Amino acid sequence: MIDLSNKAGFDLAARNRAEWRFRLYGILAIAVSLLFLLTMVGNITSTASGALKRTEIAIEVDLGADNLDPDDLRAAPWGGIVKQGLRDMFPGITKRKDKKLLYKLASPEASFELEKIVTENPGLVGGVHKIWVSASDDLDLFIRGKVDPDLPEQKRRVTDDEITWIKSLENSGNIRRVINWQFLTNGDSREPEVAGILGALVGSAWSLGVCFILSFPIGIGAALYLEEFAPKNRLSDLIEVNINNLAAVPSIVFGLLGLAMFLGVMGLPRSSPLVGGMVLALMTLPTMIIAARAALKAVPPSFKEGALALGATPVQAVFHHVFPVAMPGMLTGAIIGMAQALGETAPLLMIGMVAFIVDIPTSIVQPATALPVQIFLWADAPERAFSEKTAAAIIVLLFFLIAMNLIAILLRRKLETRF
Amino acid sequence: MSIHLSLTATAALITASVALPAMARDQINIVGSSTVFPFSTAVAERFGKTTDFPTPVVESTGSGGGLKLFCAGDGLNTPDITNASRRIKASEVALCAENGVKEIVEAKIGFDGIVLANSVEAEQMDLTRRDIFLALAKNVPDGEGKTMPNPYKLWSEVNPDLPAVKIEVLGPPPTSGTRDAFAELALEGGCKTFDWIKALKKQDKAAYKALCHTIREDGAYIEAGENDNLIVQKLQANKDAVGVFGYSFLEENSDVVQGSIVGGVAPEFEEIASGNYPIARSLYFYVKKSHVGQVPGMMEYLREFTDEDTWGDDGYLVDKGLIPLTEGERAKGAADILALQPLAM
Repeated sequence: MIDLSNKAGFDLAARNRAEWRFRLYGILAIAVSLLFLLTMVGNITSTASGALKRTEIAIEVDLGADNLDPDDLRAAPWGGIVKQGLRDMFPGITKRKDKKLLYKLASPEASFELEKIVTENPGLVGGVHKIWVSASDDLDLFIRGKVDPDLPEQKRRVTDDEITWIKSLENSGNIRRVINWQFLTNGDSREPEVAGILGALVGSAWSLGVCFILSFPIGIGAALYLEEFAPKNRLSDLIEVNINNLAAVPSIVFGLLGLAMFLGVMGLPRSSPLVGGMVLALMTLPTMIIAARAALKAVPPSFKEGALALGATPVQAVFHHVFPVAMPGMLTGAIIGMAQALGETAPLLMIGMVAFIVDIPTSIVQPATALPVQIFLWADAPERAFSEKTAAAIIVLLFFLIAMNLIAILLRRKLETRF
Repeated sequence: MSIHLSLTATAALITASVALPAMARDQINIVGSSTVFPFSTAVAERFGKTTDFPTPVVESTGSGGGLKLFCAGDGLNTPDITNASRRIKASEVALCAENGVKEIVEAKIGFDGIVLANSVEAEQMDLTRRDIFLALAKNVPDGEGKTMPNPYKLWSEVNPDLPAVKIEVLGPPPTSGTRDAFAELALEGGCKTFDWIKALKKQDKAAYKALCHTIREDGAYIEAGENDNLIVQKLQANKDAVGVFGYSFLEENSDVVQGSIVGGVAPEFEEIASGNYPIARSLYFYVKKSHVGQVPGMMEYLREFTDEDTWGDDGYLVDKGLIPLTEGERAKGAADILALQPLAM
């Protein structure tokens, strides 16, 4: 006969084992997901570390009157001056083919950098100066040991002659590695050694700004009305189902809508953050409404009832008593919605924001790209040095996502009232 | 935050965007082929830096997508230039004309070779176009004047001289212009080496095209997306696989992948430029003549593109992987383009 009086001890060992097993599964699940996360972040960070520094080479440039007219710096033959400087460092090179190879030590961007340096320091004009300019991406890869010199010459991007020149430059102290601040201050470029993320960052900021200004008030207005004022009937049920549905619609659909409406009917400028922000707003609206309604629901009904009992109108009761309490929850929902919008590429594809844009946008109607788009474009570029830029851009994007989510958590901690 | 303030901002933004007229653009708008994208962007960047005009905006939409946008109308809200990795079709010229784009200037800018490549750790392949067709077509001749579903699993079954390695080809998806060109140049090139199929072309063009252009779907040809870097990475990981991509990616990755010989010719710069390499195509861009003069900098952009320092034998586009036209073609091309000679089909 079973002893019913001691139920606590019944099969205790087996129940404890089950308990222990379940906890083990939980820990295993967390360990596996952490492992995936670490692999991903580790892989990206190690690739991106290559973009942390860039290589510069020093060129002796002759800025004498033979080469340039101090009153018209713009028209000076900057490319020629750089080439002349490179030739002077290796006087033994006479063949045209070798000279062409030699010129490739410096980035094609070097002439523009030189022009900028001289324009900013007019005192340099007239003398011979040693100027540091960007080295080419191939030289950079070689310096970092990414090119295997033991391979046969035609199988690698750097020839034997180039290796000799690089070695001699290195020995004479004419090659240096500096922190790549340019990555954060330059716009996009086809030359990986000078390409930067600023254009995409600014584009993302403009788009998100437009997105927030549009979606936050509209989303909160809709949530307030639906939750607090709308009569509960068939129609409001239908609206609710539709909003929940829209939250799960693939984002490309919003892009198509934007293409037809904003570009087609309204004739807004293509590739602009204005249109990008509007499309992203359409996409984040359902998320925002759902989050705001949940925040409103979490406010105890006694708040509203108390205010109504004291003679407040329904609008007063909601705006003075319910809304301030629900605000932190709404803001959190909004920030999570915005973080989602920050990582979105598909809808931007349709409205022309997936484009090569060099100039940094200065308003919401100028062409711009966005961070995830920049990652997508760089990942597709043939030059190998772009793979590091891609990883570095991913890190910048991750950093922003973490910052936004952190703000959401802090806001909730700081403003939330518990009942 | 004041709710009134934010509502005002929202209202202002909505009004502004509705009231905003289709504004005059000050930068050139370029769309089109992802193959021409690396060249077009290099010119655009250089143009933006050396002139006072803003840098043109270049979108990568694919050749077909670009021409569709280009031909959508003549207004300033349509692109000024579209890049294409194939020639414009008569149907697209008709679509353009229907929508008011009457005069189009054609610019042929150079060549691009499509390469089949595998890992340097594997043996270099020596293929003919017939081998490529037999290995990758959905239906192949059964030797009795009929077709059968492609039975070949190993390269050695296609041609006894090839290694006994599984046929596994990573290539672009059907939306890609590279895929179209590959089907046309490599598959069809091999397909018509069978006399009866060549005869079929005259009798039933649709059946001929279906047979010669359809790629098998049983797993031997793997659609690897539009990202050629990804294909290169996969080739490094799997040394039995063969990848299909543009010459510029082979050039950038010559230490990890090698190009297969096709029809006895290796995919090398000189061979593609001279037209000996069989799977090479021309690259183009098309200019809306009516926008020249309306959008600032159009003529200057064309001048930059047709400069010898740009598309010449030693130009910077060659460094980006473009295979230039011959000197004579360039001289004539530049003259025609700068004279805005309209396209005549």
